[in-house]
Amino acid sequence: MLRIECPWCGVRNEDEFSYGGDATVERPADDASQDDWYDYVYTRANPAGRHREYWHHINGCRAWLTVERDTMTHEIFSTEPTSASLPQPQRKTGSL
Amino acid sequence: MSQQYRTGSGGQIDRKKPIRFTFDGKSYSGYAGDTLASALLANGVHLLGRSFKYHRPRGIQTAGSEEPNAIVELREGARKEPNTRATCIELFDGLVANSQNRWPSLAFDVMAVNNLFSPLLSAGFYYKTFMWPVSFWTNVYEHVIRRAAGLGTASTAADPDFYEQCHEHCDVLIVGAGPTGLAAALAAAETGARVVLVDENPLAGGSLNSENHEVAGMPGDDWAAQVAAQLQSMENVHLLLRTTLFGYYDHNVVAAIEKVSDHLPVPPKGHPRQRMWTFYPRRVVIAAGATERPLVFGNNDKPGIMLASAARAYVNRYGVKPGRRAIVATNNNDAYRTALDLHRAGVTIAAVVDSRAHPEAPLAAELAKHSIRLITGRTIGAAEGRQHVTRALIVSTQGETIDPERIDCDLIACSGGWNPNVHLHSQSGAKPVYDDAILSFVPGQSRQAEVSAGAAGGSFALRECLKQGRAAGIDAARQAGFKADKASPVIKAHDDGAYAIEALWISPTPYNKPYKQFVDQQNDVKASDVALASQEGYDSVELLKRYTTQGMATDQGKTSNVNALAILACQRGEPVPQVGITTFRPPYVPVAMGVFAGHTVGAEFMPVRRTAIHDWNAKQGAVFIEAGLWLRARYYPQKPGDTMNDCYLREAEATRNNVALVDVSTLGKIDLQGPDAAEFLNRLYINNWLKLPIGKARYGIMLREDGMVFDDGTTSRLGENHYFMTTTTANAAPVLAHMERYHQVEWPELDVVLCSVTEQWTGIAVAGPNSRILLEKVIDIDISNEAFPFMAVGDCQMNNIPGRLFRISFSGELAYELNVPADYGEQAWTELLEAGKELGVAVYGTEALGTMRIEKGHVAGSELDGRTTAQDLGLEGMANREKHFIGKQNSLLPALLDEGRLQVVGLKSLEPGRNLRIGAHLVDPNVQIGSVSPSQGHVTTTTYSPQLGYGIALGLLRDGRSRYGEQIEAVFPLDDEKLRVEICHPVFIDPEGELVRG
Repeated sequence: MLRIECPWCGVRNEDEFSYGGDATVERPADDASQDDWYDYVYTRANPAGRHREYWHHINGCRAWLTVERDTMTHEIFSTEPTSASLPQPQRKTGSL
Repeated sequence: MSQQYRTGSGGQIDRKKPIRFTFDGKSYSGYAGDTLASALLANGVHLLGRSFKYHRPRGIQTAGSEEPNAIVELREGARKEPNTRATCIELFDGLVANSQNRWPSLAFDVMAVNNLFSPLLSAGFYYKTFMWPVSFWTNVYEHVIRRAAGLGTASTAADPDFYEQCHEHCDVLIVGAGPTGLAAALAAAETGARVVLVDENPLAGGSLNSENHEVAGMPGDDWAAQVAAQLQSMENVHLLLRTTLFGYYDHNVVAAIEKVSDHLPVPPKGHPRQRMWTFYPRRVVIAAGATERPLVFGNNDKPGIMLASAARAYVNRYGVKPGRRAIVATNNNDAYRTALDLHRAGVTIAAVVDSRAHPEAPLAAELAKHSIRLITGRTIGAAEGRQHVTRALIVSTQGETIDPERIDCDLIACSGGWNPNVHLHSQSGAKPVYDDAILSFVPGQSRQAEVSAGAAGGSFALRECLKQGRAAGIDAARQAGFKADKASPVIKAHDDGAYAIEALWISPTPYNKPYKQFVDQQNDVKASDVALASQEGYDSVELLKRYTTQGMATDQGKTSNVNALAILACQRGEPVPQVGITTFRPPYVPVAMGVFAGHTVGAEFMPVRRTAIHDWNAKQGAVFIEAGLWLRARYYPQKPGDTMNDCYLREAEATRNNVALVDVSTLGKIDLQGPDAAEFLNRLYINNWLKLPIGKARYGIMLREDGMVFDDGTTSRLGENHYFMTTTTANAAPVLAHMERYHQVEWPELDVVLCSVTEQWTGIAVAGPNSRILLEKVIDIDISNEAFPFMAVGDCQMNNIPGRLFRISFSGELAYELNVPADYGEQAWTELLEAGKELGVAVYGTEALGTMRIEKGHVAGSELDGRTTAQDLGLEGMANREKHFIGKQNSLLPALLDEGRLQVVGLKSLEPGRNLRIGAHLVDPNVQIGSVSPSQGHVTTTTYSPQLGYGIALGLLRDGRSRYGEQIEAVFPLDDEKLRVEICHPVFIDPEGELVRG
């Protein structure tokens, strides 16, 4: 059971969240080549170690989050809103 | 004679409370405080089961949850539980248990011939013996193997009990309430930390209940009871007995199973049978103790052979003599206590056989004091006896050849040393390391917030356990943020001596005869199987486990793992740490599936969503259908005997010819507001939204990024910056999550907010040629065709209810959808019915709805199956390729534009009275590959059209759009059905859509 700290709600169980895939993949520009769009949908690295990925607090506040997690140990290093242009939480760190 | 093996006094049993129980149909008695195993031993019953592969007679090896042999079927009927460890079953009045894996009886088991065929059943026999022919696997071998080699059978009746799940946060979780755990709990609790202490036994105290130790100046079990009572009285301590911590998961989350009612005949009313706990501790102290390992000698599996510690537990804790004439065999100091305790209880000690050449002098002196014979430099080479051990053959461990001495006995208590219980430590992600001093694995570097203390950490001496427990408790509380300035002093205990083990992994066999030397008794894995696996190249720990099955099944090799590793190491000629250790995985003990499900079974498996009109529907006797979590009215029987067909045909006709209502509240509804709402929709849908006027609705299609159609629905513009979207019932939640992702991840610059309002609105479709006449009676706005044309949207009042009216149609008839706040849902519905009474208004369910949508060729979930493109569905004309939208580029991938793709078509039955079947394959009987006609597509949805008078369907067919007029066969091979059908345009009626615009 992962414990993910939602920056809005605090530390919650993994089952409140749904996994949203690789956050290092950038959506291509509208006029990018078909190869770029193909890669965007179908090509993924499978890194061992630190990895940035999206999680959706779907059974909570419904914020999409960028989580940095170690794929080998499940250690979570950070949990942030997906964009700096979205409203940002007043951070209050919890330890549990 | 009853309980002839009971001691005269002592033990933690209540001799005033006799208990009757039955084993294999025979009635026995025991006492409150007994386990099934101790009660059977008190009655002289040692033979409890037959082994997994060879059907050898097996008895009781341990006194705890590590038991490999004594597994029985407990209870009868719906509560029958197979593979239950007799050593963990608390005796209750009327208990019924049966031995398993024997036929026709335990004493005479036909399958014991397997014992003679054992060369065929060696390591990897599954892979070697039953190979050919392949067809024999499913038809012959598997049945025979399952019958011959197996464990118990489960009840097929529904479980009458319930299970529950609890969550608890704490500062310090302590696993095990033995001397270490109790000391840790006391020390941690005194700092004010919130402490949870769990132990799988019904009593706190752990080994103290089975030993003659003195702690804090009193008998150890008294001290444990006193400390447990003290802890129980503290507000910051939660003591959970009969609770086994079975899993250590990521992020320091751990799970335990509490056996709430298993010690009772049936759970008390309102109580669960078992309860699963999920704990979220800041720190964990593992004080889970250690498990003794057996000696590996010939026929070491005979009933009457048990662990030295188990013999001690039976005599001290349960007041049971596990035999009358015992041999104690050991390679360490610990088992000497067994000899002394058994002797004190009146068991004759035929000999203590110590494999070490020079045991410590004080131990030898102690035995001499009681005139107990000590044999050194020797061990048991083999045991003899048919269904019970009768004799031991003593061999030398010093390399000399001797004629084995035969010593008669009915009990062999053996100790091959102790293994710290590193299971939870290993489960937490850490790697145990080998300790040469104790010849076993001890916890390594911690990976999570856990520490092992006492025997679990490799320190077996009582004083050391108490000291380490206290220190670990204080430490854990400190790390959880508590001050430990007034922690209690170290608890005093007597010195129980050094451990002093010398390696003896496998005994020499008398005369080098090939005795069966069992390593894993539950899986019938012998030392020779380990050697064979190694010879055949399966010489890594993980391969050994899988090839021989050592360490699998209900005991997970608790008594066998280290012996197997050490024997493998001997085979490879390497030291044990070189061979490594298998990774332990949850669960530590078997856990009933029911406890994982908890209350989410039967009707509570999933929540049920009901619309505001549900109660009315139910009162009308509507038959419901599940649509996701929703219950939707499927059809409305009007009189007894009405079939579904009667109903939907009547309901569809009423809609086509007059007017009828349907509850469409389950459609997903999403409210979008903001200056960029139109732009957001424009990127989301393939069609254009920038020019949609206020007060208009539009049908839209959205794709996934891979170019496949995701969902469809109408979206209306309610105001300058205000839109209202509907989704399909099934996709309401995924569409919202999809939109939130693009809003928050990809396009945070767009100024728009979105919110699900599915439950806030009740949706009622009013459909049929008379729908306008009906609505005009109750709606306050002008809904003439000129003022409120097809796709118009507007606020309205229906009688006194505020609402929104949409002129949209799913049925293909003149139709409206009225949305009212859900609190008014039933009122609006009944007032519409009241107003329509003189018109003869009807209601219809999803079955009629489906029929009419097929007649109209509207695609729905069965066509939007995640593999169809807009082009496949004939909807590509809606795409605006001038703009960007999700899935645009990938919808143009060559493979998605190729010929040969499945396209939506209509299908007409050419055989009167016969309808198509969903899932039928579409084949051309003139095209054959070999003897079969390949499938060219399939039927997705089907109905009988009352309007047309024959069976129709939608299907997905290869290049279907260019094949209208062609005849083909719809085949359903499971029922050997074939039907001639004609391919046609998917819109069966009113292709120009004149009705909806009328």
